[in-house]
Amino acid sequence: MRTSDLIQVSEGCHEIPAAGGMNVPARIFAGRALLEEMDEKVREQITNVARLPGIVKAACAMPDAHWGYGFPIGGVAAFDPAEGGVISMGGIGYDISCGVRTLRTGLSEEEVAPRLEKVATTLFERVPAGVGSEGKIRLDRKGLDRVLLGGGRWAVEQGWGEPDELEFVEERGCMGGADPGAVSDTAKSRGLNQIGTLGSGNHYLELQVVEEVFDPAAASAFGIAPGEVLLSLHCGSRALGHQVATDYQRELAKASKRLALALPDRELVCAPIDSPEGRRYFGAMVAAVNGALANRQVIAALAARAFREVFPQARVRILYDVSHNTCKVEEHSVDGGRRRRLWVHRKGATRAFGPGHPDLPASYRDVGQPVLVGGTMGTASYVLAGTAASAGLAFASACHGAGRAMSRTEALRNWRGERVERELAARGIVIKGHSLRGLAEEAPGAYKDIRAVAEATERAGLARKVARLRPIGCVKG
Amino acid sequence: MAPGSYEVFEHGADYGVRGLGPTMEAAFENAARAMFSIAVENSSAVRPARRIPVSAVGSDAETLLVEWLNALLAAASLEGIVLGDCRARVAEGSVNGEAVGEPFDSSRHAGGTEVKGATYTLLRVAREGERFVAQCVVDV
Repeated sequence: MRTSDLIQVSEGCHEIPAAGGMNVPARIFAGRALLEEMDEKVREQITNVARLPGIVKAACAMPDAHWGYGFPIGGVAAFDPAEGGVISMGGIGYDISCGVRTLRTGLSEEEVAPRLEKVATTLFERVPAGVGSEGKIRLDRKGLDRVLLGGGRWAVEQGWGEPDELEFVEERGCMGGADPGAVSDTAKSRGLNQIGTLGSGNHYLELQVVEEVFDPAAASAFGIAPGEVLLSLHCGSRALGHQVATDYQRELAKASKRLALALPDRELVCAPIDSPEGRRYFGAMVAAVNGALANRQVIAALAARAFREVFPQARVRILYDVSHNTCKVEEHSVDGGRRRRLWVHRKGATRAFGPGHPDLPASYRDVGQPVLVGGTMGTASYVLAGTAASAGLAFASACHGAGRAMSRTEALRNWRGERVERELAARGIVIKGHSLRGLAEEAPGAYKDIRAVAEATERAGLARKVARLRPIGCVKG
Repeated sequence: MAPGSYEVFEHGADYGVRGLGPTMEAAFENAARAMFSIAVENSSAVRPARRIPVSAVGSDAETLLVEWLNALLAAASLEGIVLGDCRARVAEGSVNGEAVGEPFDSSRHAGGTEVKGATYTLLRVAREGERFVAQCVVDV
């Protein structure tokens, strides 16, 4: 990205001043080096977001931002309905409530190592994943409506996990405001057999070791220590969420036209929060969020069972569960002013509440929300924690992953799935993939350096580093 | 590329699909074939065991392409199959056609990546001399 005309706000944040129809400035939370590597499209897209009606304070791009649909991936924007604020499909994306859940196993790397191959195989066999996979749960329409209203709470009621786990999930496992009636029949039909399925692409189930702890107090609050094995999963709302996005891309396009909204990009179709279309999309989107929360709750239970099949002594406990493609209603004080109810869009960005936030579980309240940042199967993932400053910077948001450095096609020119598998095996990382091409697409070298992203996030003050995790086994969808 | 062919092209974190053909129908069919090859690498090995009707409407040719690809994704998912081929009949503002495929079989199909949706990004339907091109980016 061109950086000459950007204004440096702090070491880790640069601003594009409001001009040319922008209602607010755009802020990119990255230092010079990361900015220079960033796609020019990030500037174009975050500038477009700043033009949307009712946007508050600034359109924000996280350190892992890259070219997305309408919003950049890594885009955050908050809208005030009292100022004509909108809800936009481009700010949420196709995989509604895609996110990461991390589980603690209570076992050390030494304990897991002798049976690593066995546990990876068991996880591969027990958790449905890949193209064409179906879940073990069969639902009818009424049953699915209960999932869309109840989310993780529904899953726990069905015996998938324990009630006390929900405290460690955003929205306590169930987001309010779901309107299953706003979800199309097609979306529901596509969702009937998919609860408890991982999907494909960049979705995974990964065994990780806590390699380094940066913040011992926060690590202790989160219950993690160096050498401990964690189990993380990354997935979302599956075809139901994809169909809700597709349906409302069409509906919001009509609404944008009806209301004569001047949109800089077709992917930014939107409707006022206080409009029939805006309310319906929000209700359908929340229903899909609950679908994703139920999905991760079931997968976590399946994965925990699989893990205990191999290690009966393991005490598998949830660390936290974050969603990184959402729109949530939150109260924020803007520039020290009164608290306002805002519709905060996070597209490829993680909510990162700071210490003391009432929505956090009591045991984490002193240290802030865990921010689970998924890296690659060959490098690292991070656990960060929300800071007191993050609410004032980017509506309490942080990065979500490494971000691709290379397109999938380019990755396929550089790697073959077999080679990726072999190279990782040589480094002691066991890979179980449903798709060889998928492994090549997801080659660690095709992603940006996650260390730089974590550093930049900390430097910008969005979240602070708690621990780095090193992968030792990965099941790829 | 030959006058009637398809390709998957490079785009950021996702894929673009491009179909070429002597008619708009052929370009639409080829764009769909490119999309099928993302989900199943050897999509030509998908047998035409089931035929499902697929239709879509759109106010212009470009919107119609997105709607057509999304209708194919939904139809395959509802039927519980992966697709190998399709036929399209394009009229003013609508496309009617059918798609053929079979349930995914890991012993014969090389699974790739599920497509979440067709997008407006790099969306283009146009006549280029003797051929039509139909393309867009799909989210995977």
